[in-house]
Amino acid sequence: MSVRSGAPLLSLEGVHTHIGAYHILHGVDLEVPAGQTTLLLGRNGAGKTTTLRTIMGLWSASEGRVRFRGEDITRLATPDIARLGIAYVPESMGIFADLTVRENLLLAARGARDADAIDAERLRWIETLFPAMRKFRDHPAGLLSGGQKQMLAVSRAIVEPRELILVDEPSKGLAPSIIRNMRDAFRELKAAGATILLVEQNFAFARELGDHVAVMEDGRIVHRGAMAALAADEALQRRLLGLSLGAHQ
Amino acid sequence: MTPYDRLLPYALVALLALVALPLVGSVPTWATLTVAGLAMGMIVFIVASGLTLVFGLMDVLNFGHGVFIAFGAFVAMSVLAPLGAWTESTSIAANLGAIGLAMLVAMAVAAALGAVFERLIVRPVYGNHLKQILITMGGMIIGEELIKVIWGPQQIPLPLPAALRGAYLVGDAAIEKYRLLAVAVGLVVFLVLLFVLERTKIGLLIRAGVQDREMVESLGYRIRRLFVGVFVVGSALAGLGGVMWGLYQQSVVPQMGAQVNILIFIVIIIGGLGSTTGCFVGALLVGLMANYTGFLAPKVALFSNILLMMAILLWRPQGLFPIARR
Repeated sequence: MSVRSGAPLLSLEGVHTHIGAYHILHGVDLEVPAGQTTLLLGRNGAGKTTTLRTIMGLWSASEGRVRFRGEDITRLATPDIARLGIAYVPESMGIFADLTVRENLLLAARGARDADAIDAERLRWIETLFPAMRKFRDHPAGLLSGGQKQMLAVSRAIVEPRELILVDEPSKGLAPSIIRNMRDAFRELKAAGATILLVEQNFAFARELGDHVAVMEDGRIVHRGAMAALAADEALQRRLLGLSLGAHQ
Repeated sequence: MTPYDRLLPYALVALLALVALPLVGSVPTWATLTVAGLAMGMIVFIVASGLTLVFGLMDVLNFGHGVFIAFGAFVAMSVLAPLGAWTESTSIAANLGAIGLAMLVAMAVAAALGAVFERLIVRPVYGNHLKQILITMGGMIIGEELIKVIWGPQQIPLPLPAALRGAYLVGDAAIEKYRLLAVAVGLVVFLVLLFVLERTKIGLLIRAGVQDREMVESLGYRIRRLFVGVFVVGSALAGLGGVMWGLYQQSVVPQMGAQVNILIFIVIIIGGLGSTTGCFVGALLVGLMANYTGFLAPKVALFSNILLMMAILLWRPQGLFPIARR
């Protein structure tokens, strides 16, 4: 079933998540429109990563519904959720350090039996976005720099077409030049029509990519709207995020 | 790991053999002990290779692995018993045919037993090491008792087929024929495992799963299914190792699994939990150490392998080939 651009591809309705004795998400309501980039912002511990992990089924929602293309996926196992066409780039990047760059990509290309069977045109596109992927193709991923690992993590998410890409803090700990490279890559992805749900703490990075924004606090969505509106309102930024845009430029 | 770090453990095997030479004092005796050690190492590797992957993939401590070894050996004994015409023939082809058949049946039985063991005993205790240790040890005790019920509690001879008895004389060194076969079978198993792990997508998934199973699931692969497959194949390999061990000892006893269990755990800890190459190198070190010290100072033979493990862990606390885990 195709989803027209702008209609919600993913939605969360009153999602609660418990991790052990801790109640982390307190009724999260969120919509991710198709073909657009939605930013999930908030301070440390607000519940952003938990939201992504709950969508992926890595932690189970104790209440509420997660819908993808209108279908309830709340109780599906993680591999089944991924097979619906959802790619996930965790905060830790999830790189297989002992495998080469090429092997990491091959694993993400579920349809390919070997490296030669990966869609060559798509691979060339990825190598244009991230030239390091070509240069270090046969190197163990564990030997890559932090920025190159993040590039590999994103490359893995797009090595085959996916309907939705969830990315957790892609700019975290990266040098400014790598962040620019990452931002350009996400712009290209946006231009290609990808639907992206991006968790970020770097507001300057987020502002340039987001169409929509949702801000989390204490496991709840406390603000949702257009990114342009939030970027233009310093007082709102200070209230929601405790920062001013000027501080991040 | 750098290439140097990867090569160093192999050099350790050669170093151990070289250090033993002047201590043994006689080249023929040293050669005999070295081949015996390599043969023993290969058998221990066959048995332990599945266990290290089972731990690496799902963090499961299976102290019941020995039961597959014992069942493999007893099944092989039952298969070989009516094949007297083949095993007593001086034709090497007939002998190998008999052993090959025994190995296949033993592997099939051990694999089936592994599937039942995983479903009934291991699956309910995922994520709880203490329960895993207790219940898998309990599973092994039940397995041993089952063997006693089926085959009796006594030790049963398992003679080598006629063409595999005796030794080749190379100079003054006596190289037992069966030990050469054990080295060959071990090498074949190692190379097949390496091929599967390094050259196939299923192998890639296993290697990735050992490092970060959550990410493998996030990429859309059902790792539980993969784990069951690895558990069953690991059990089949333990069954094969049981046949090799039984023929090496030329007898089988219901407790043989428990006896080998200690060696297996030393090997997978030395090698680095989850590493097949580490398991291979660790098994060779343990086999050589057991044979050299068995000759030089029999009273410390078992202790010597624990000492070896301690020394290696002081050098590399995660084992010879540590797996990069998330």
